[in-house]
Amino acid sequence: MPTVSMTVNGKSVSGNVEGRTLLVEFLRRNLRLTGTHVGCDTSQCGACVVHLDGKAVKACTTLALQCEGGDVVTIEGLAANGELHPMQQAFRDNHALQCGFCTPGMVMAAVDLVNRNGKLDEATIRAELEGNLCRCTGYHNIVKAIAAGAKAMS
Amino acid sequence: MTDTGIGARVVRKEDQRFITGAGNYTDDINLPGQTYAYFLRSPHAHAKLGGIDTKRAEAAPGVLGVFTGADLARDGIGGLICGWMIHSKDGSPMNAGPHPALAQEKVRHVGDHVACVVAETAAQARDAAELIDVDYQELPACVNAADAKSDGAALVHDEIAGNTVYEWEIGDADLTDAAFRDAAHVTRLSIVNNRLIPNAIEPRAAIGCYDAAAGAYTLYTTSQNPHVARLVLSAFIGIAPEHKLRVIAPDVGGGFGSKIFIYAEETVCVWASRHIGRPVKWTGERSESFLADAHGRDHVTQAELALDKAGRITGLRVRTIANMGAYLSTFSSSVPTYLYATLLSGQYNIPAIHASVDAVYTHTAPVDAYRGAGRPEACYVVERLVEAAARELKLDPAELRRRNFITEFPHQTPVIMAYDTGDYGASLDKALELADYAGFAKRKAASEKAGKLRGIGFANYIEACGIAPSAAVGSLGAGVGLWESAEVRVNPTGNIEVLTGSHSHGQGHETTFAQLVSDRFGLPIDQIEIVHGDTDKVQFGMGTYGSRSGPVGMSAIARALDKIEAKAKKIAAHALEASQDDIEIRDGTLSVAGTDKSMAFGEVSLAAYVAHNLPEGMEPGLKETSFYDPANFTFPAGCHICEVEIDPETGVSEIVSWVAVDDFGTIINPNIVEGQVHGGIGQGVGQAMLEACHYDPQSGQLVTGSYMDYCMPRAADLPSYKLAFTTTVCPSNPVGMKGCGEAGAIAAPAAFMNAMTDALGTEDVPMPATPQAVWRTLQGAAPAAAAQ
Ligand code: FES
Ligand code: FES
Repeated sequence: MPTVSMTVNGKSVSGNVEGRTLLVEFLRRNLRLTGTHVGCDTSQCGACVVHLDGKAVKACTTLALQCEGGDVVTIEGLAANGELHPMQQAFRDNHALQCGFCTPGMVMAAVDLVNRNGKLDEATIRAELEGNLCRCTGYHNIVKAIAAGAKAMS
Repeated sequence: MTDTGIGARVVRKEDQRFITGAGNYTDDINLPGQTYAYFLRSPHAHAKLGGIDTKRAEAAPGVLGVFTGADLARDGIGGLICGWMIHSKDGSPMNAGPHPALAQEKVRHVGDHVACVVAETAAQARDAAELIDVDYQELPACVNAADAKSDGAALVHDEIAGNTVYEWEIGDADLTDAAFRDAAHVTRLSIVNNRLIPNAIEPRAAIGCYDAAAGAYTLYTTSQNPHVARLVLSAFIGIAPEHKLRVIAPDVGGGFGSKIFIYAEETVCVWASRHIGRPVKWTGERSESFLADAHGRDHVTQAELALDKAGRITGLRVRTIANMGAYLSTFSSSVPTYLYATLLSGQYNIPAIHASVDAVYTHTAPVDAYRGAGRPEACYVVERLVEAAARELKLDPAELRRRNFITEFPHQTPVIMAYDTGDYGASLDKALELADYAGFAKRKAASEKAGKLRGIGFANYIEACGIAPSAAVGSLGAGVGLWESAEVRVNPTGNIEVLTGSHSHGQGHETTFAQLVSDRFGLPIDQIEIVHGDTDKVQFGMGTYGSRSGPVGMSAIARALDKIEAKAKKIAAHALEASQDDIEIRDGTLSVAGTDKSMAFGEVSLAAYVAHNLPEGMEPGLKETSFYDPANFTFPAGCHICEVEIDPETGVSEIVSWVAVDDFGTIINPNIVEGQVHGGIGQGVGQAMLEACHYDPQSGQLVTGSYMDYCMPRAADLPSYKLAFTTTVCPSNPVGMKGCGEAGAIAAPAAFMNAMTDALGTEDVPMPATPQAVWRTLQGAAPAAAAQ
């Protein structure tokens, strides 16, 4: 089995993986970082979104070996020095989560979409959430939270 | 008063772990030595199993065991059960076909469980499953409910003629016939309530674990009701006696009904863990959720409404065919009967109602409760009919409703329910105002100018939650009582653990329930912990579904708090040498009214445990339990108004406004309640606009088996909602709550479709009204419109 090495949440890690091992499996099984979730098998739900080299990717559609030498940030690595990231705080303040299963992917996607777009109106937020499904919230409070998080990030 | 009591918008306690990735869902749990299960599923809708050869799979790398239905049978493991007995109108009991956890003799739907492979890794188990040789002798399939009884339809269970589960009825047929004979106007509709796939974003998962030394099993599972799961797995399926079986439902990523039921996979995992001698874990893939989670809805209905000259409803006649799928899932039989037809009176005074329901088997996945469960179907029938009647009679739909509202309570409907309280006019008025109903004509004209079609639709829904007095549901066929239990443990230092039989899978119980306690004693909310989801910790529980955690679960907590309060007052009165009637509790302090004598709550609890100075004869400790059996159903109700704009060129519709005015009785945490409404509307709009479960009518293949084919609502499909509450406190339980979890999903399809049919000028619009369906409708309607 080949070895893969990368940085995850600021730490160097490596592990033996099969060619078919997905990044999300590497994170969840090898590293026991279970905050990144799997909600589908067709790259549609976004529960698995992490940042790879500063960009949001779906960890269910990325092979672990593709990330050799990469810099990965997961939901566990978003809060710095025990302080919630403004987007995490915004999700909490706006009741943007219910069961919490979609939440890690939503937050990671939201941070990325603020990074890419800067100022955001409601229509943009809704359009940009194309790759993330939530079955609980009807999106109302997620959209509110992302607007608030974007403000707090600027 | 605390700022964390009843009515406060408290930020959720549970969120810290979810927003930092520290949630603990079933698949996040890894036990030492754990192995992985993979289920081989039937690729055919209907086939005889000639034989299953597992030899090659058993020899594959990493494989520890391959199990089939014969292995389960050899161990005396029983089939899955349906826990609600329905009798047909001729008095005969429903026909429940056998439902083995792994198929025996036959497979009956695509995705039916054929064999289970357990291996060292998930990948090895999946690879090995491909090496199992199954001799399928394919048979014709019956897919659509409407065809199930026809001559020559393939039988799902050979011994059950006509694929009939039951032929049930409710109400007074003669009285209803008379109402139609005398009617001044009759409105008729044919309605299909489309089949849905629940799609909680967390797929189901289970870990079975056998402890040989203790002779006991532990099952971690994605369940909405771990105690019920234990009861069924123990008493009916025969895994182990209850005291040797622990069921843990940790964080669960949404349920919406689909995680109530006891499924094949968890049954096999827990059973197999003894054979393997190591923990066995299964995590469903999304395609498995599509194939094998219990689906929802799937009704075909003919409905008629009789009205007199004054526009008063005099009768309602409904005939429904309900598709139950290939097997009767855990509570499936109750959904198209007591959860559906008992709500057909809606918010209206209807003197005569008759409904008949034929439930049938088909070669499709089992159908059971999905958010709303029967009540969305009832609301859809009633509210489509009322809206259509208003249009036919050229009456304002709000006015027709108002003429027929029930205004006096209690109100006994002709279909069992006794509504305890409500104010339907108040929610309608508020909704009309928020929706600017008066300005609709202007907005419609503006849309017309821009080449768009605009429509407005109402849904004045009612539902029944918090089911219900156990004796009452027992007399209707329920195999269980529907009470709830709670235990309140005040620790010596004054912090509190509440163990509840309710289960939170997104509903925010850790916050709302803590608010109830905080309110009672004036204690800070972080001094209160809510414990749920573990049969070893919680004494018993019926779980969370049917919007019951508020009205039933919290009522149980309230009753236990009554006992705690009474004992604490006695202890304080004794210590402070006062009468217990003079003790007041405020801000975490028990004081003697009108004096400066007081004790902190923590001092009282400590006194209870050190027991140096307790009243004569009092036992030490401060821990109380309650089993609360509701006095009646609760009846949340409200008015949703949806406004749509359609582009006739493309058939694309946009929801331009959504107003929801709900009466849920007492509200503990408005943030959480609003969130429930948002999510409910989201799912209801999903059903009405986008989601359709589609099986190929010949082959029985699931055509919509992934997120590429089954259209889930995404952020851009839905609007922001305008919400308000009108409140009549529920008189039937100690917390005054009615339940809020399903309202949105119940009201939304009717409101949306009424808006769509208004915009399109025809009742003949299928649900879901996808752009394609709308465009087709418009093409069909075009010549008629031109002729006018
Ligand atoms: S799990 Fe990656 S998109 Fe669904
Ligand atoms: S909060 Fe449950 S799926 Fe989004």
